[in-house]
Amino acid sequence: MTSLPATTDKTLGLVIDLDTCVGCQACVTSCKEWNTGGHMAPLTDLDPYGSEADGVWFNRVHTYEQSTENGSRTVHFPRSCLHCDAPACVTVCPTGASYKRASDGIVLVNEDLCIGCKLCSWACPYGAREFDVAVGVMKKCTLCIDRIYNENLAVEDRVPACVAACPTGARHFGDLGDPDSPVSRLVDERGGVDLMPEMGYRPTNKYLPPRHRSAGAAPDHVSALDPVTAEGGFLGWVDRMLTR
Amino acid sequence: MTGRTGANSSATQGPLVDSSAPPERDGVDTSPHVSDEVHQTTCYMCACRCGIDVHLKNGQVRYIQGNRQHPVNRGVICGKGAAGIMQHLSPARLRKPLLRVGERGTGDFREIEWDEALAIAAERLARIRATDPKRLAFFTGRDQSQSLTGWWAQQFGTPNYAAHGGFCSVNMAAAGMYTIGGSFWEFGEPDWEHTRYFMLFGVAEDHDSNPIKIGLGKLKARGVKVVSVNPCRTGYSAIADEWIGIRPGTDGLLVLAIIHELLKARRVDLDYLVRYTNAHVLVIRDPGAADDGLCLRDADGRLLARDRSCSRTVDALASGIHPALSGSYTVDGRACVPIFALIAERYLDPQYAPEAVAERSGVPAAMIKRIAAELAHAAFEQAIELPVPWTDWAGRRHETTRGRPVAMHAMRGISAHTNGFQTCRAIHLLQVLLGTVDVPGGFRFKPPYPRPAPPGPKPSGKDGGQPNTPLSGMPLGYVSDPQDLLIDAAGNPVRIDKAYSWEAPLAAHGAMHNVIANAWRGDPYKIDTLLMYMTNMAWNSAMNTAGTIVMLTDKDETGRYKIPFVICSDAYYSETVAYADLVLPDTTYLERYDCISLLDRPISHADGPADAIRYPVVQPDRDVRPFQTVLLDLGARLKLPGMIDEQGQPKYRDYADYIVRHERLPGVGPLAGWRGADGEDIGRGAPNPQQLDRYIANGGYWRHELADDQKYYKMANRSYLEFAAAMGFLVAPEPIVFQLYCEPLQRFRLAAQGHGAIVPPPGEHDRLARYFDPLPIWYPPFEEQAVDTGVFALHALTQRPMHMYHSWGSQNAWLRQITSQNRLFVHRATAARVGLADDDWVWIESHHARVKGQIRLVDGVNPDTVWTWNAIGKRRGAWMLGPEAPEAERGFLLNHAISELLPPDADGRRYSNSDPITGQAAWFDLRVRLEKCRPEEAGFAEPQFAMLMPPAGLPQAPKQLAYGAQFRRAREAGR
Repeated sequence: MTSLPATTDKTLGLVIDLDTCVGCQACVTSCKEWNTGGHMAPLTDLDPYGSEADGVWFNRVHTYEQSTENGSRTVHFPRSCLHCDAPACVTVCPTGASYKRASDGIVLVNEDLCIGCKLCSWACPYGAREFDVAVGVMKKCTLCIDRIYNENLAVEDRVPACVAACPTGARHFGDLGDPDSPVSRLVDERGGVDLMPEMGYRPTNKYLPPRHRSAGAAPDHVSALDPVTAEGGFLGWVDRMLTR
Repeated sequence: MTGRTGANSSATQGPLVDSSAPPERDGVDTSPHVSDEVHQTTCYMCACRCGIDVHLKNGQVRYIQGNRQHPVNRGVICGKGAAGIMQHLSPARLRKPLLRVGERGTGDFREIEWDEALAIAAERLARIRATDPKRLAFFTGRDQSQSLTGWWAQQFGTPNYAAHGGFCSVNMAAAGMYTIGGSFWEFGEPDWEHTRYFMLFGVAEDHDSNPIKIGLGKLKARGVKVVSVNPCRTGYSAIADEWIGIRPGTDGLLVLAIIHELLKARRVDLDYLVRYTNAHVLVIRDPGAADDGLCLRDADGRLLARDRSCSRTVDALASGIHPALSGSYTVDGRACVPIFALIAERYLDPQYAPEAVAERSGVPAAMIKRIAAELAHAAFEQAIELPVPWTDWAGRRHETTRGRPVAMHAMRGISAHTNGFQTCRAIHLLQVLLGTVDVPGGFRFKPPYPRPAPPGPKPSGKDGGQPNTPLSGMPLGYVSDPQDLLIDAAGNPVRIDKAYSWEAPLAAHGAMHNVIANAWRGDPYKIDTLLMYMTNMAWNSAMNTAGTIVMLTDKDETGRYKIPFVICSDAYYSETVAYADLVLPDTTYLERYDCISLLDRPISHADGPADAIRYPVVQPDRDVRPFQTVLLDLGARLKLPGMIDEQGQPKYRDYADYIVRHERLPGVGPLAGWRGADGEDIGRGAPNPQQLDRYIANGGYWRHELADDQKYYKMANRSYLEFAAAMGFLVAPEPIVFQLYCEPLQRFRLAAQGHGAIVPPPGEHDRLARYFDPLPIWYPPFEEQAVDTGVFALHALTQRPMHMYHSWGSQNAWLRQITSQNRLFVHRATAARVGLADDDWVWIESHHARVKGQIRLVDGVNPDTVWTWNAIGKRRGAWMLGPEAPEAERGFLLNHAISELLPPDADGRRYSNSDPITGQAAWFDLRVRLEKCRPEEAGFAEPQFAMLMPPAGLPQAPKQLAYGAQFRRAREAGR
């Protein structure tokens, strides 16, 4: 099947902050909007105004509730290709259509080679592959490869569309193979995690877990309010000389 | 990494250090040509009004991104804004004027030319104006041109004008304007940079969407505690450090209990109170007298206070006095007390103790006490000082700018209750007692606010409007005395929506939700024509929607519709368009001029005023016209003052021409930037013919940054006040005094006791006495008072999903893939108690009607509350969705269960289901019970209505979309 590069020069990916994501879908539609005219255009929508609307999306946000030691919490979970270090979607590909770039680690699909067999979507445990029925090929997140190096865009716009859009600033981008890169440091600081590490695909994208929250107890430095009963009581207090 | 701007500009959000493409040799084109043109205009997917960069390729929209420089969104874009292409290309776009040919409400129209459409409208409106102008009711929805539409109504001479604020959040706006001279959202914002404690009340992810999200991201990064008080744990509440799942409609109890705790512990900012509020003003205590409860004034009308240093009564607003906040005094034989003494007396009462409100609000007493302690800690122990000297109104220089870093924000969940005005006042009282309004770290005003609380202009049209005569002023304004009400000599409402009547005296935004029902009943009178712009009053902007639809089609004994003529302007085929007799098709937001004006609903930042424009970035491919241009055209045909020149010819070519040349006051027009012949003036200046070009060259907006010493304490900052007066924001550079005690409310109470020239009918006395308390109070929501809460045990709420708020989203091919069926969210334990399981279909029954929908079980909701995403449920056939679309098949509209009237009172009288003070629609007061439906009833929503037929000329919606394929084809062909 398709082989992987032994190493990659860079390991580009996303870091997604689950402590800050409010589930607003901005990354979802900005991804759709860029990519439906981008490298893998179009992201076909079937029956868009009917009963079974079903389109190709490279990024989706799921909202669910999770039980924790402090009770239930609501989590907004953005999901897209993790650009794994050991991606099964590539190794199962019979034609070489799915491949991992040696230069930056981005996992792509060469549409000219894709026969639409869907083995890759069966292999991906993250559900990150999207089959475009109308075109007959598999599509997926490109990490906005037509933005991040695009000489026709202003330098500051050379980031994935989802990162540029995110209103809460919950999405980050960079070289996770460089331990000194800003994103690697962010992952260290916040204890970023892999999704389902036990599967062994070594995802590049990292998720920052929700921060610890004070559930009920006041922070140590905040003392309870005590009723004032000292001399003069309430009236004594308000009769302090005040100047308008 | 230098030169990056905007909200997402940290080192982890920028481009690679070396963004040149690596030599991969896989044939990927990493530098495709993206766009031929980029136009910077303003989004219209909601009321947030973000700056957008619209990229065009071969004349088509390639993509839309946030404008990094724009003061509102600083480069980010929301889920709606990034789906703008699909809004612009919606199959529901109207294509040509339509005239009804079949029965109203079927969708049976024929296409007509604009000349015919405008002639029909002008002939009808001219007849109304020449006879009885109030028989035109003109109501708009998410209208962002209210300074034009209101002015047009004024010139036409009808008092029956408003936008959708009465349905939306007027409680929030009015409570703020009457208390601090500003309000949440458009008139103020949290100090995201400096706050150390942030409290959100009832924010359903609506309004100010991107600024709040940007701000929350900042607070998270700084580790600032975020507390969300909300029955539903969605969106912002989900990421809050603490979620308080309060019982709906009890926020006022929580806030007043916090105030109780703060007062008990002396944790309020007395110095701030005497400087910036009316806390020290003396109030007359003389029960039964005509001036009982009014502020004590001298012969010249000056407010009086007691000075402790000289033991005399002095001008309360003078600087340098030493006012007393406690005690009682006798002045010229009148007993009086300082307002703060009333506050202490009121809220130290045990009825406001945390223990007393815990059960009712569902918030444990210990939690209330802890929140109070945390607020006090942040405000007083973590007080901050910016090294910025400033000078106050009295000329005193302050070497630093001191702040108490507690910020609050509140919205719909507070507003949409019958106790919303008083609850919002309670929140402002809490903010002010902590000394946190317009200080570093607190809640900050956005210019042109603050304004006097309340501002000056009264509503116009007391005489009901006279033939061929403009009103003396704008239809909407601020009432401060019964004399200002729009009632006739017999005390009956002048306006069709009964705004500014005894039923809703402070109805600052009108009461759109009453219009159709009142017009149908002929109460207070019948109208001739209902003109609606951009509002879905026959669907989700109605209470009792099923009944409203019947009213729109009901006929009198002669076979004429009871509401004789309906004109609708909209860009899309909404449920309401089907009820029009004449349809005036509007453009999409990418095809039009607009101004986001300081005269209207500003987009300013606390650091300075801002306004913006829209301009056409693509041309319509349909025979449609921007509504504002059509309105000016109609105005010219009707010869309305200000819309024709000396020769009687149209004064303005179109809306763009109006935006540039119209002057509301000499030198003051819709846009504040680049005024004057040379474009060098701001605020005031002669019209500048090049003004729109200057806006376009500047990215579509204008912004003025205040000097550092003007940015805080705007209510009392001499330099800011002088700037505001020079700009025309204020009549004079006088300080704004926060009204902890709302004297106008007391005037209504006195009227109810028979004092004054204008007194209410006896039936109104009780409501005025009970609810018009000049200090914030809490009372149970009216529906709860009127129904058996043992039967209707659950509260029922709605909120819009973030990706659809204000966005007409169900016609959007992308957004509807995210949500196309709404569920009723029910707490797991509550469901178990009544024997419901996930995915069950249930009847949601109120005292008024029942609706059927499907449930989803969750933990993150107040157990006594159920809720759903609003306006996902659509009428079959509307918005050009397929007949089997989930929105119509399984989505449901909760509005059917919400009555526009309260149940009858003891006298059999039925009041509007609205706040008694402002007339705000109380759709969050809804009480329901759930009943599992029979097996054969499962699988489809009810009520269902006849399918609307597609109007003439609209093609069927496409079966497949491959938008963007054309750009790829062009790229590959060009290689």
